[in-house]
Amino acid sequence: MYPSRFRYEAPRSLEEAIRLLHEGGDEAKIMAGGQSLVPLMKLRFASPELIVDINNVPGLDYHRADPDGTLRVGALCRHADLERSDLLKQAQPTMAAAAPLIADPLVRNRGTLVGSLCHADPQGDWASVVVALGGSVVARGPGGRRAIPAAEFVTGPFENALAHDEIAVEAVIPAPVGTRSGGYLKLERRVGDFATVGVAVALETSDGSVTRAGIALTGVGGSTIAATQAAAALMGGPLTPESIERAAEAAAEAAQPRSDHRGSAEYKRHMVRTFVVRLLSRDGASVGKAA
Amino acid sequence: MTALDEIKIGGLGASRKRVEDSRFIRGRGNYTDDIVLPGMLHMEILRSPLAHARIVSIDTSKAWQIPGVHLVLTGEMMATRNLAWMPTLSYDTQAVLATDKVRFQGQEVACVIADDPYIAKDACEAIEVEYEPLPVIVNPEQALAEAAPIIRDDKTGTTSNVIFNWEVGDAAGTESAFARADKISRLRLHYPRSHPSPIECCGSIADFNRATSKLTVYMTTQAPHIIRAAVALVAELPEHMIRIVSPDIGGGFGNKVPVYPGYVCSILASILLERPVKWIEDKTGNLISTGFARDIYLDGELALREDGKILAVRMHVDSDHGAFFSDAQPSKFKIGLLHSTFACYDVPVGHITARGTYTNKAPGGVAYRCSFRVTEAMFFQERMIHQAAIDLGMDAAEFRRINLVPDDAFPYRTPFGFLTDSGQYGKCLDVGLKAIGYEDFRKQQAQAKANGRLLGLGISTMTEPLGAGNSREYDILGIKMFDSAELKIHMTGKALLRTGSKSQGQGHETTWAQIVAHELGIPAEDVVVEEGDTDTAPFGMGTYASRSTPVAGAAVAMVSRKIRAKARKLAAHLLEVSEEDLEWELGRFYVRGAADRGVTITECALAAYTNMPDGMEPGLENTAYYDPPNLTWPFAVYIVTVEVDPATGVWDVLNMVAVDDCGVRINPMIVEGQIMGGLTEAYAMANMQFITFDAEGNCVGANYMDYLLPTAWETPGYELHSEVVTPSPHHPIGAKGIGECAAVGGPAAFVNAVMDAITDTGVRNIDMPLLPDRVWEAITKRRDVSGAPPVRTD
Amino acid sequence: MTTVYDDVGDQAAGDVPMRRIAFTINGARKIAEVEPRLLLAHLIRRGVGLTGTHMGCDTTNCGACTVLVDGKPIKSCTMLAVQADGHEITTVEGLASASELHPLQEGFRAEHGLQCGFCTPGMMLAAKALLDVNPDPTEEDVRWALSGNLCRCTGYQNIVKSVLWAAAKLRSQSAG
Repeated sequence: MYPSRFRYEAPRSLEEAIRLLHEGGDEAKIMAGGQSLVPLMKLRFASPELIVDINNVPGLDYHRADPDGTLRVGALCRHADLERSDLLKQAQPTMAAAAPLIADPLVRNRGTLVGSLCHADPQGDWASVVVALGGSVVARGPGGRRAIPAAEFVTGPFENALAHDEIAVEAVIPAPVGTRSGGYLKLERRVGDFATVGVAVALETSDGSVTRAGIALTGVGGSTIAATQAAAALMGGPLTPESIERAAEAAAEAAQPRSDHRGSAEYKRHMVRTFVVRLLSRDGASVGKAA
Repeated sequence: MTALDEIKIGGLGASRKRVEDSRFIRGRGNYTDDIVLPGMLHMEILRSPLAHARIVSIDTSKAWQIPGVHLVLTGEMMATRNLAWMPTLSYDTQAVLATDKVRFQGQEVACVIADDPYIAKDACEAIEVEYEPLPVIVNPEQALAEAAPIIRDDKTGTTSNVIFNWEVGDAAGTESAFARADKISRLRLHYPRSHPSPIECCGSIADFNRATSKLTVYMTTQAPHIIRAAVALVAELPEHMIRIVSPDIGGGFGNKVPVYPGYVCSILASILLERPVKWIEDKTGNLISTGFARDIYLDGELALREDGKILAVRMHVDSDHGAFFSDAQPSKFKIGLLHSTFACYDVPVGHITARGTYTNKAPGGVAYRCSFRVTEAMFFQERMIHQAAIDLGMDAAEFRRINLVPDDAFPYRTPFGFLTDSGQYGKCLDVGLKAIGYEDFRKQQAQAKANGRLLGLGISTMTEPLGAGNSREYDILGIKMFDSAELKIHMTGKALLRTGSKSQGQGHETTWAQIVAHELGIPAEDVVVEEGDTDTAPFGMGTYASRSTPVAGAAVAMVSRKIRAKARKLAAHLLEVSEEDLEWELGRFYVRGAADRGVTITECALAAYTNMPDGMEPGLENTAYYDPPNLTWPFAVYIVTVEVDPATGVWDVLNMVAVDDCGVRINPMIVEGQIMGGLTEAYAMANMQFITFDAEGNCVGANYMDYLLPTAWETPGYELHSEVVTPSPHHPIGAKGIGECAAVGGPAAFVNAVMDAITDTGVRNIDMPLLPDRVWEAITKRRDVSGAPPVRTD
Repeated sequence: MTTVYDDVGDQAAGDVPMRRIAFTINGARKIAEVEPRLLLAHLIRRGVGLTGTHMGCDTTNCGACTVLVDGKPIKSCTMLAVQADGHEITTVEGLASASELHPLQEGFRAEHGLQCGFCTPGMMLAAKALLDVNPDPTEEDVRWALSGNLCRCTGYQNIVKSVLWAAAKLRSQSAG
């Protein structure tokens, strides 16, 4: 309930924030929404020496689409902004499905998508969504800017690919080539619970044929799992009961669940399969109809 | 003069808006953590990370070095004052701060008192403890094993982990009934470990006044007077120099009955430092170390006749009490009132054996929203009834109807010796079945089945013993379980009422005034109610086990009647007639045959101070101690319908109906609030709420990420029915108590509904919580799912 | 104001980093010196002395500490006090005006939406944020908006009724 002592800086520019991180070394930590970090600090599971609070850095609270349809989510865009976003409702079905399922309504007012990616909780929902969509994370550091594919950004449980003096400033979802569809299903025992199992599916179709597919899994491994074989099973043709079945099997195969008090490994694998089928079957009906 | 309208003056039956709400809705509640005293210091506790280990050394030197630290307490220091151990409510002992060993994860090892809690926490982290791990026991089976390590080796002569063996009933008679049975229905069940978990955690502010040597403790207690006695005994302080104040309490549900180490440490720290010391527990501390509930295994069997008549019941329970036997229960009963099981059914004979064991888990065994383990009793009963009906091939409602105690059988002696007071069980069942649309639902269920959908209906019918209890049988540590009320009528007719009970949200400030209004005709708004301060409140045993209305509420009625008796004398004096010539109507005495000649209770009050007859003691004040002649027995029918998704094991509640006959309702609005709260805890229990342990004794469920309380989103809506009212024949106003019925009877209704939905699988039982994976496993594997959810199995 | 520590040798008492912040709470402007690690809930409770904001858990689940920051409900146990610098906070004490209760406060009393009262301030503030953007919510809207706040006493049914009661009153006020 009472965090350890730390130094606190609230820079007003990214440059200053990067400098502070650079000087702070491994013991410095960025705080955006703080909805994962502050609880960890209260429990003293995390005791950073320096907190670099980026909430005063202007211009990071956006989410917007480029003219070509590329979606950019700034580091201070809150979950609640995404939950209420018309942009997501119109063009990002997977994200729109996931946004209301993050934590609870109050946490969503503070927490951020980019922060959630950085936190890299194996049970975090956004990582699966962004991975399924083939998104990336833009990092800024002393050496400049680089984009890291989301699938490579999460390197393990609670570990990401950022250098100690880099800040994730933006998540990028590439523009769709075909018509976008998809969804996110999460088995949670009650609102605010971590996922027992979560499945993100993102599809693009052209002329009734799947041109891009992404499937990623939450809570069934040491980190977010990109079910690439499952996605591959859908490519190049229309969704059929057979292709859906193959994708579901491959996704279940890709899962690496552990038995715990939330459920047996077998059950979790079964739920991955079930969710893939449900997402794609529901989706199948809407393929070609989505705006 | 026309008689007063009882509802208008806020008397019996008025859904009067709550008095206490005025402060709560403004954020002006006065909870323990809201109290700030001059010079107050803050205490934090260091807890054991291990479930069973020998303490090799404790080095506190670094903690002492931190600026702002005033005191570091360890078990060794407590021992020098004979405070390292304290007695429990069940005649066992419990470590205050560990000396020799730690016996459960989260056990109190040391504490720090500092200028602020952040510093105290820093200092706790700076304490270095070296542990030597010992083998860990996490369930009764392990505790009873041949070579099991002895957990309580602190007690000389201890040779096993068995705490008690207890039995009740007629073993031989039961045996012969089973021999005659057409059918025997068996079930093995586990009621998982859970925690009452009020949102407010426990806490205390000990304030030892060095000028007067008087100790005042502001604390979260449901039973301030018991605490005063306990502190006097534990800390060897004179009882008249101890004042316990229980301010507003943010929910109790049984969690705030026992004495916890944190209270004791804050008291000693205040005495040593001569400054107020505040201890506010964090949620982890609350869930990992304070009074858990349940954790019982049942082997139950019913002897049945072909026509559906129950011939006998036999049960054996193994209960897991953790490292210290600190159940809160009447002294005489080792496993609480578990033997109230099957009290609503006409069962000729029964036999129960119970065995309690120590394990390396937190102590407690508190009555979580029930009267001393009746939740387990009624859950086991209703699960066994459900299964027996299936085993007999009978309809679950019809099977109950055949066996429920008939209306003309009261007072009815149960097979285990209780005497139930009154009831209309069959009528309640009818109301419930009609409300849920029983026949229609059975048709829908059959149609749904044809389409591969699983619908289910679960019934739970039960009576439970409330209002412990009469002094012949009920005591805690020898103190008889009566309760009290003190009423002072001021000369203007306004009144001050104090009781030995202590509200934690039940609304006593509102309802107790209603009883006074009913008895004396003084408007409820003219009666102020005070509780929780042992310097002012009359001695009482506190609020838990649904005993407030049956016992303290009765005392309020009785003290009002004493006041009325004296007022009658005053009225006779004022009207210059004899007492025998007076009639009473609400709020007024009048001369028989001359209704216009009368005096109001207010006029009598004034006379008590200004114009009393010669020889009469002035004033209009009195105190009543109420020793109930018997327990009260409310009856309830809970019916739930659900749909189970066979592909995921997820189940949703379609409808829930609750029929409660709790006798006369003092404030129907508050009664309904109690029922809905209880139903929600029942839903939580059935669906998501549990504490479990891994093989090393690590506790899963020690925070709200793992210990799941349902939110507004998951919680179903409820339909409540109040049309059946059977007054208690022995309670002064016919009330029976209600606080816990729904939490007691509710869980089985939910479980029975899910089991009904999957009856075709042949699965006999899924132990709570009915998490989706467990339901799915039962459906797909067609096997029972037993025990607490495993923490890790691969 | 002064703080006196025992002289414990090498560790100086004066090296605690403090920061000065300015914020508004229930319309009143305040300046505070805070340690960065101080949680906003503790600033409100201990610093400002407004104890209507409660703390019920360590893990950002219970919502008893809900306050509005710039009109949005957040859990004040999961925000640092320093982060309140320059922001506007509303607590339960700021709901009522000097002369009358907020309709939510009336609604909770009228519909028996509270028992022990511990979760009530947080519930009312979360509900206020809902009604600010959605004056005519359905029961489902209310249940969803309150799903970050735990109540152990009521079973929520009366809380939902209380919020709907307040919504109706607010609508009739703005219509009149």
